[in-house]
Amino acid sequence: MSEAETRAPVDALTVVPVRHYSLWVGTAAAIALLLLILKALATNPAFDWPTVGRYLFHQSIMRGLGQTLLLTVVIMVLATVIGTVVAIMRLSPSRILNAFAGGYIWFFRGAPALIQLIFWFNLSLIVREFSLTLPFFGTIFSVKTNDVMTPFMAAVIALSLHEAGYMAEIVRAGIKSVPSGQTEAAGSLGMNHRLILRRITLPQAMRFIVPPTGNETINLLKTTSLVTIIAVNDLLYAAQSIYARTFETIPLLIVVAFWYLFVVTILSICQHYIEQYYGRSDQQQASAARGILRRAFKIGRVAQPA
Amino acid sequence: MTSKTENQTRFGVPENSMVFAGGVRKSFGAVEVLKGIDLNVPAGSVACIIGPSGSGKSTFLRCINHLEEVSGGVLLVDGAFVGYDLRNGKLYEVNNNLLCKRRADIGMVFQSFNLFSHMTVLENLIEAPIMVKGMPRNEAKDKAHALLERVGLADKAGYYPRQLSGGQQQRVAIARALAMNPKVLLFDEPTSALDPELVGEVLLVMRDLAESGMTMVVVTHEIGFAREVGDQLIFMDRGVVEERGAPREMIANPQSPRTREFLSRVL
Repeated sequence: MSEAETRAPVDALTVVPVRHYSLWVGTAAAIALLLLILKALATNPAFDWPTVGRYLFHQSIMRGLGQTLLLTVVIMVLATVIGTVVAIMRLSPSRILNAFAGGYIWFFRGAPALIQLIFWFNLSLIVREFSLTLPFFGTIFSVKTNDVMTPFMAAVIALSLHEAGYMAEIVRAGIKSVPSGQTEAAGSLGMNHRLILRRITLPQAMRFIVPPTGNETINLLKTTSLVTIIAVNDLLYAAQSIYARTFETIPLLIVVAFWYLFVVTILSICQHYIEQYYGRSDQQQASAARGILRRAFKIGRVAQPA
Repeated sequence: MTSKTENQTRFGVPENSMVFAGGVRKSFGAVEVLKGIDLNVPAGSVACIIGPSGSGKSTFLRCINHLEEVSGGVLLVDGAFVGYDLRNGKLYEVNNNLLCKRRADIGMVFQSFNLFSHMTVLENLIEAPIMVKGMPRNEAKDKAHALLERVGLADKAGYYPRQLSGGQQQRVAIARALAMNPKVLLFDEPTSALDPELVGEVLLVMRDLAESGMTMVVVTHEIGFAREVGDQLIFMDRGVVEERGAPREMIANPQSPRTREFLSRVL
């Protein structure tokens, strides 16, 4: 290569960038498609935006949204607890416990959520009543299955057990990702199994557990819409009962979609900050620079800047 | 539970012994890694164990605090079994809580530091004293700061392990072990994972500890350290003690041909 060519070309010569024709065509097509969609949304009377606006904060929609959120939180908490227990069983040295946990995951993760939901709702077909009878004391209590197994109860049980199957695998992978040296070091300091799990292994596993758990929560939020089939009054069910009367199907589905997307957006933001919190020991610099939300709400401890 | 003196007379443990091994054997499946190790480490002394990799020296160290169970022989720390109680001529395995309590008296420093990576340096040091010994938080913190001062890291209390160099991490690990006031400290190749220029700062801390009268069992490749600081030197090869003696004489004039060959390669 001659000297003239190796010198900075911008001084003397005009640089002709590569022309990305296909990129331009693709961009143009995407913009055209977007415009068509916007035009349809704006002009097609079926979308009926005034109706959407009317129902967006409608009382029964709000109640449905509350029910959906309550279901998501309760089920996720239960699933995390059950899943953690199953994951610990799966990692235990006992083969029986191990096989039991494996069987649990196989069944509850494998059977479709909808089928489990209908099954629990119809539990009274198998078990008519629950009762506790002790010798000398007689029957302590007795309840009809149909009285206990309300639609809400059936939804919580079915989806918790189902979701726990996924959570168990996530927690197990997280625990296994913690190097064995951590456990040994803790053991050599006199910490027992339970203490090591609670103070050393699980907190470190959290970094691997949190991102997929965030995905699961978002997934679960939407999966709860299945409960409309057993008449739990959730967000979708609330919308359905309105459009069954008024036939404003599309506007109400838009309302429902809006709220699901809204909650998912909030959850994604929370997930981002939780991930940052559990990844804090990865920072190369001991800096005080932290997320605004975290500082505002003072989530967790803040290490003293050294 | 038998008394300390009863164990001592029964197994012929010398007076003032901190770590006593008599014919310790250890097998993993069909492979016998330790084939009868004898060792006595008097309280306040330093025993250095050298030998080629695969000779069983790390395994022996891990047997001392019962991270590995021995398959045969007697292993006593301060005159008592770590993982068992001797009653009526039988060894009863102790439950997990009791084992943990006894293990807390035996500090261990690992080749790969194994600091708790989700905790700051200070949290690493106060974790076990608070959770295992129930020490009040403020007392544990004061003690931790004093220990960090001692290993020359007083200004690093708020750092996470990942923000420290290897040598600094290992000094924190030593301080963490000291925070439990152990009777004996076990070192498993403490400088092998370090860059050469960081080895010195760790050895300096260890030398300081030895001079303060800490009982130490050190598996190492640092022949210089063994010569300067060690009270006895053990050369292990293929699961047996090939040669033992006073470090200076043994290094200057090894008797066994295998020791001679090993020393010529590492010196």
